[in-house]
Amino acid sequence: MKGFAYLKNVATLELNREKCVGCGRCLEVCPHQVFSLAARTAAIEKKDACMECGACAKNCPVGAIAVDAGVGCASGMINEWLREHNIRGRSGEC
Amino acid sequence: MPGFEQWTQNGAGRVPKISTTLTMRDHLGACKARWGIDRMNYMVPPGLYAIGAPAPEDPVLVTANYKMSFDEVRRNLAGRNVWLLVLETFGINVWCAAGKGTFGTDELVRRIRLSGLARAVNHRHLILPILGAPGVAAHEVAKQTGFTVRYAAIRAADLPAYLDHGMKTTEAMRELTFTLYERLVLVPVELVTAARQSAVIMAVLGALFAFAGGWQAGLVAMAAYLGAMLAGVAAAPVLLPWLPGRSFAVKGTVIGILWGGAVTLLAHPSPLVTAALFVGLPAVSAFYALNFTGCTTFTSRSGVKKEMRIALPVMGAAVAVSLAMLAVSRLL
Repeated sequence: MKGFAYLKNVATLELNREKCVGCGRCLEVCPHQVFSLAARTAAIEKKDACMECGACAKNCPVGAIAVDAGVGCASGMINEWLREHNIRGRSGEC
Repeated sequence: MPGFEQWTQNGAGRVPKISTTLTMRDHLGACKARWGIDRMNYMVPPGLYAIGAPAPEDPVLVTANYKMSFDEVRRNLAGRNVWLLVLETFGINVWCAAGKGTFGTDELVRRIRLSGLARAVNHRHLILPILGAPGVAAHEVAKQTGFTVRYAAIRAADLPAYLDHGMKTTEAMRELTFTLYERLVLVPVELVTAARQSAVIMAVLGALFAFAGGWQAGLVAMAAYLGAMLAGVAAAPVLLPWLPGRSFAVKGTVIGILWGGAVTLLAHPSPLVTAALFVGLPAVSAFYALNFTGCTTFTSRSGVKKEMRIALPVMGAAVAVSLAMLAVSRLL
């Protein structure tokens, strides 16, 4: 995204190029142009631009993409942690 | 319901025709929703809608039943004949609903069936917003309903160009932006969300300081906290691209230090209190700035996790140290 960059080397995005059938769906759904396509195989071009929304993994027809997608806001995560540790948090919307 | 004009009859049965002009009430509703007022009272009933006089071969667009999504889409389809399929996302916008899965494969499949879409149109194509893709598996929808999914654009404003140019998505339509305006409109609802907990903290701080140093000290303490909160909730999002660093906690710290400086210049506190301000206020700003990651569309879950693992203990320690310094300053 022009003018904005988040932390480097944190994105969990992974692409199994062996499985890839080159349909190009990942390029279509990625709002940060993370993927490129050459010789009917996708590649991760800009991994640090990935916001882990999960659109590519969800729309990959052969399950070649994996990413730890989910709630990305701080208060949502605090609530998640509280729930994990069985402490009742406020059921926050984010 | 917003924009209703009349009922129309077609293959799918009775379908409401909706207007593409927003009324004063629609604008007011959007304004109120930005401030978190009555936002859930603006839900649009899910189902199939007609814009103009759509024929069986006309395109089908899909959106969420959040009032602002619905309004933005219909406004941009003025003068066209199209079908609009509204999913039940419980009044949540496309992006957030896709993340939660309510703007998702199951709901889309269900809504296609319930609305009788297959009888209303003679083609099998759906046009979805790109930001709905995290919830929808296009190949699953095709398998279950026969409808193929095209992800058109991120912004509804690009729909006219998309439809006019043979349903071609340009690079620009696929690229996210986060303009000053786009950041600014997010601030009010964040303020409302932060207001309650801030009011409690300010009341406690004010009472403590008033008890220890008179009512003026109480007011200064409350104002200092309020400013730090506003620095994180409002100033950090607005100044986002110009604040240094990639980390939101760092950006929040920077703006909190600036606010600490302003308080020092205005209130001329003792050296120890000054130190306490510079340790405590940035922690407050950093916390709220970090919270804004939830509103952006470029921060990743793993990144926020990493920031929180490091920043939360530091913020906690900073607040504790700051309060300890303030307590000591009273004893000296």
